[in-house]
Amino acid sequence: MFALIARRLLQLVPTVIIVSMMIFGLQQLLPGDPATIMAGEERDPEVIEEIRKQYRLDQPIPLQYIYWIKGVMSGDLGESMRLKEPVSRLVAQKLPVTLQLATMAMLIAILIGVPAGIISAVKKGTFWDYLVNIISLWGISTPNFWLGILMIFLFSVHLGWLPASGYVSPFEDPWQSLKTTIMPAFVLGNSIAGVLMRHTRAAMLQALSSDYVRTARAKGLGEKRVILAHAMRNALTPVITLGALEFGTLLSGAVLTEQIFTIPGFGKLIVDAVFNRDYAVVQGVVLVTSATYIVLNLLADIGYILVNPRLRA
Amino acid sequence: MTAATPALAGSLRPETPMQRAWRRLRARKAAMFGLFVIVALVIIAIFAPLIAPFDPTRQSWAAVRKAPSALHWFGTDEVGRDLLSRIIYGTRASLAAGVISVGIAVALGVPLGLLAGYGPRWIDTILSRITDAMLASPFLILAIALAAFLGPSLTNAMIAIGITATPIFIRLTRGQVLAVKVEDYVESARAVGNPRWRIAVKHILPNVMPQLLVQITLTIAMAVIAEASLSFLGLGQQPPAPSWGSMLNSAQRFLTNAPWMAIWPGLAIFVTVLSFNLLGDGLRDAFDPRERG
Repeated sequence: MFALIARRLLQLVPTVIIVSMMIFGLQQLLPGDPATIMAGEERDPEVIEEIRKQYRLDQPIPLQYIYWIKGVMSGDLGESMRLKEPVSRLVAQKLPVTLQLATMAMLIAILIGVPAGIISAVKKGTFWDYLVNIISLWGISTPNFWLGILMIFLFSVHLGWLPASGYVSPFEDPWQSLKTTIMPAFVLGNSIAGVLMRHTRAAMLQALSSDYVRTARAKGLGEKRVILAHAMRNALTPVITLGALEFGTLLSGAVLTEQIFTIPGFGKLIVDAVFNRDYAVVQGVVLVTSATYIVLNLLADIGYILVNPRLRA
Repeated sequence: MTAATPALAGSLRPETPMQRAWRRLRARKAAMFGLFVIVALVIIAIFAPLIAPFDPTRQSWAAVRKAPSALHWFGTDEVGRDLLSRIIYGTRASLAAGVISVGIAVALGVPLGLLAGYGPRWIDTILSRITDAMLASPFLILAIALAAFLGPSLTNAMIAIGITATPIFIRLTRGQVLAVKVEDYVESARAVGNPRWRIAVKHILPNVMPQLLVQITLTIAMAVIAEASLSFLGLGQQPPAPSWGSMLNSAQRFLTNAPWMAIWPGLAIFVTVLSFNLLGDGLRDAFDPRERG
C-alpha cells in the first residue's frame, strides 16, 4: 500500500512541474511586449522599465521561469499591480471564503445527490427513477449563473427572504453568514448533485446485481438491511472518491457564482484581476487552484487505496 | 422472383455497427428529442437573418425594457433591442463556440492520443504528463486565464475552450487505442507489413470513433456553457454582437424591472445544453455492446 502511495506521489512531480510551466507560459501569450501591456494606461517609460526589471522580463525566458518558480516555492507569488499587495496575501484572504462556499455546496450536493441516486436505483424503471433522471439532467444542463439569477429574482427580489449579494464571515455572525451563503452554495452544488445522482445510481445498480447482495437476500435479510448495509456501503466508495474530484468543478463554478452574488472570494479575485490586467494575480489564482486540485486528487486516490481492501494488501 | 431476390438478400445482409447504433438511437425518445432540437438550432443559426423579426443590434429608445407583447414576443432589453432577434442571432455564437472549440480539441487531441497510444513509449510518457497537468487545472479557470491573456473576443474564447478541452480527447483516444491495439485484426494488419501510421488511421481510428462521437457530443454541451460563462464575464462575444451569456450579464442589473431579460437567454442555453446531453447519453447507450436491442 505504501509503495502504491509513494508511486502516486512520485508521479505528481512531473505533473506539478508542467503545471507551473504552463501557468508561467501564460504570460508569453500576451500579444506584444508584456511590460507595456502590464503597464496598461500608464505609458511612462520609467514605469515600463520598472516592470521589466521587477518581472525580470529583460532576461531569457528559461531564466525568468527559474526566478519565478524559486519565488513560488518560497511563497512569493508576485505583487498585485493594482492593489500593490503580495498575491499570496490576497490569496490567503480570499481562499477561505471560496472554500467555505465549496464545502457547503458539496454538502448540499451529497445530501441531494446520494439519496436520490439510491432511490433511483432501488426503484429502477418507476416514476421515481424517471423523476431523479430528470432532476439530474436539469442539474447538469443548467448554467449556474442563470440559476443564480433566477434564485435572486425569487428569493431576494420577489419574496425578500435572502440577501441578493454580500458576504458575512461565520466567525462574525453565523446566522447572517448562512443567509448570505446558502443561495450561492445551492447554485454551486446543483450541478454536482446531478453528477452524484448519476454515479450513485450506476454504482448502486451494479452493487444490487452482485453476488454478495444475492447472498444477503438468500440468507433472508430484510430488503432495507440489504440495501443500506450491503449494497450502499460498497457502492458509495467510488462515489465519495468522485465527490472529491468534483471539488475542482466547484472551484471553477465559484468564479461565476461569486460574481453573481458579489462574494469576495477566489472567483471574484480572478475576474477582477482579469479586467484590471493584474496578470500576477491571475497566475497566482490559477496556480493555487491547480495545486488545491492536485492535492485533492491525491487525497481521493489515497482514500480509495485505504478503503479498498484489494489495494490495501 | 427476380425482383424479390435482391430484397431478400438485402434483409439478410448483416447490420453494420453504425446501422445498429442508429436503430438503437432512434428507439430512444429523449435522444431523438435532443437531435431534433439540435437540428432546429442549426437551422435557426443558418437562417437567422430570415427568421429574426428585427435587427438584433438596432436600438430603440421608444421601446426600452418592454415586456413580452405581440410586437416583441420575448420583450426588449435596456436599450430597446428585440430579445427574440438577439436570442436567434445568439444561437450562432453558441453553436459556433461549441462546434469550433470542440473541433480544435478533436483536431489536436485525437492525433496526439493516437501518437501516445500507438507511438514510441517516450512520446506516450511526455504526452501523458502534459495531459495530467492540463487536467489538473479546473476547466473554466484555465479557460478564463487563457482568454484573459489572449484578449477578450469570441475567437479567443473558442481557442481557449478548445485548448482546455484537448486533454479530454488525448486521454480518451489513448485509452481506446491501448484497448484496441492488442486485438487480432490490428496484429494481423501489422503482420502483413502495414506501416504504423496506416494501422493507426485505417484500423484503430474507426474503432475508436463511437466513443469519440459520444465524447464530442457531451463536450459540445460543456463548451456551450463555457462560452456562455466567458461571455457572461465579458471575455467572449463582445457587444453589441448578441450572445446568450452577455445578455444574461446585462439582465442581472434589471431583475426588478425586467425579469424577462434573464429568462430567455438562460432558457436558450439550458435547452441547447440539455439537447446535447440527451443526444450524448443516447449515443452512449446506442454504441454500448452490453445494451440489448
